[in-house]
Amino acid sequence: MSNSSIPGVRAETPVTTATASHPADTPPVALGLARSVGEVLAQSQVEEVIAELDRDLVGLAPVKARIRDIAALLVIDKLRTNLGLVSEAPSLHMNFVGNPGTGKTSVAMRMAQILHRLGYVRKGHLVAVTRDDLVGQYIGHTAPKTKEVLKKAMGGVLFIDEAYYLYRPENERDYGQEAIEILLQVMENQRDDLVVILAGYKDRMDIFFESNPGMSSRVAHHINFPDYSVDELLQISQKMLQEQNYVFAPDADTMFQRYLSLRVQQPHFANARSVRNALDRARLRQASRLFADRDRQLSADDLRTLTASDFAASRVFQQADVRPVT
Amino acid sequence: MMTNHGNRLTQGQFSFLPELTDKQITAQIEYALSKNWALGVEYTDDPHPRNTYWEMYGNPMFDLKDASAILTEVNACRKTFPRHYIRVTAFDATQGVESVQMSYIVNRPKTEPGFGLTRQEIGGRQIQYTVHSYATDKPEGERY
Repeated sequence: MSNSSIPGVRAETPVTTATASHPADTPPVALGLARSVGEVLAQSQVEEVIAELDRDLVGLAPVKARIRDIAALLVIDKLRTNLGLVSEAPSLHMNFVGNPGTGKTSVAMRMAQILHRLGYVRKGHLVAVTRDDLVGQYIGHTAPKTKEVLKKAMGGVLFIDEAYYLYRPENERDYGQEAIEILLQVMENQRDDLVVILAGYKDRMDIFFESNPGMSSRVAHHINFPDYSVDELLQISQKMLQEQNYVFAPDADTMFQRYLSLRVQQPHFANARSVRNALDRARLRQASRLFADRDRQLSADDLRTLTASDFAASRVFQQADVRPVT
Repeated sequence: MMTNHGNRLTQGQFSFLPELTDKQITAQIEYALSKNWALGVEYTDDPHPRNTYWEMYGNPMFDLKDASAILTEVNACRKTFPRHYIRVTAFDATQGVESVQMSYIVNRPKTEPGFGLTRQEIGGRQIQYTVHSYATDKPEGERY
């Protein structure tokens, strides 16, 4: 990557002054002058992100409340700093626990935005990783790999999905412990550089924290993601369909609601993810229903509408041994 | 008359200025990142002006978004090669450009012996001139 650089290098860059170039990083108006909560909110545009969070994510009341609390703390902290009341940078590492499909990753992405707007992370990007990205295959492989990921995440948020896999007590020669130690070191010493969010299922994360007291004491915020109710799942499905330009036929949503109330009782229910899969399967059935009738002229409505029969054919109804009423 | 006290190597940007502080280096890295250039760290102990290909420390950092990560890498290189010349380069991968846009020295040896002018007599009493780095009289790794 080097070339005949030296003579050709153009010194159009701002010379020497360290303050000269931070174009994208600083919020639009100087946060340093704000004296009231309203000013900080207006200048950092945090409220927009929180409002978006409220609008886009169905349910999750405790999560939203907690995020508002954290945002409030950060805003007040900004005000304190502006008046010279020095306090240590708050520890922002978080732990998201909840069943699959409850929106942990989506919330983490919003979290990165909120932290960025308030100036607690410099870039506000999210790096999502799992055990495979951190832990190596052989001795001496783990440290460089973990450090590589940490470097990538600097200035943003590192999201470790299924974090409990990092610790495998059954294998004492597992390299996961090494990754945890490097993580801990960075979480403690480079708090300004990155925020770590761990995510996983509740029971397994509890065991993970019990066996890693160092980790537990460095994670300040534990946020619980509850399962969605059937009504919330229905709302989610409507949002998903809207995004993909589909609609429920008049009787299809009640059918889908019946489907959901049966599905939630079955094993391996993954909340919003299962809803998406169910809708994808319904699209499949709609397609073959329309495909079967070759000579029919199809209108836009025909192509958009998912009918009750598209859902009634689902395996869930047969397994539950309830005949759907169509 | 000595024209360059201390024989400071002057290659790339900012080389006539006092050493850049870490804060200033960070600001320069930020600038390169804002232009979407990929940063790289290179080192050498043969600073002849025509030696444009220095060794690369680690990989070119195409995927790093934050200056502090790159500064970590610079410091790691300083630790490994405390007595080498180290420079930071910013590579513009835009098609048609594909070359280094910034290059500046961030580490140099304590003492720099500098370059000597060598004269070679050729036919017809003509003289050919070339520069020669005193440091390269010693083998690699023992130069500074």
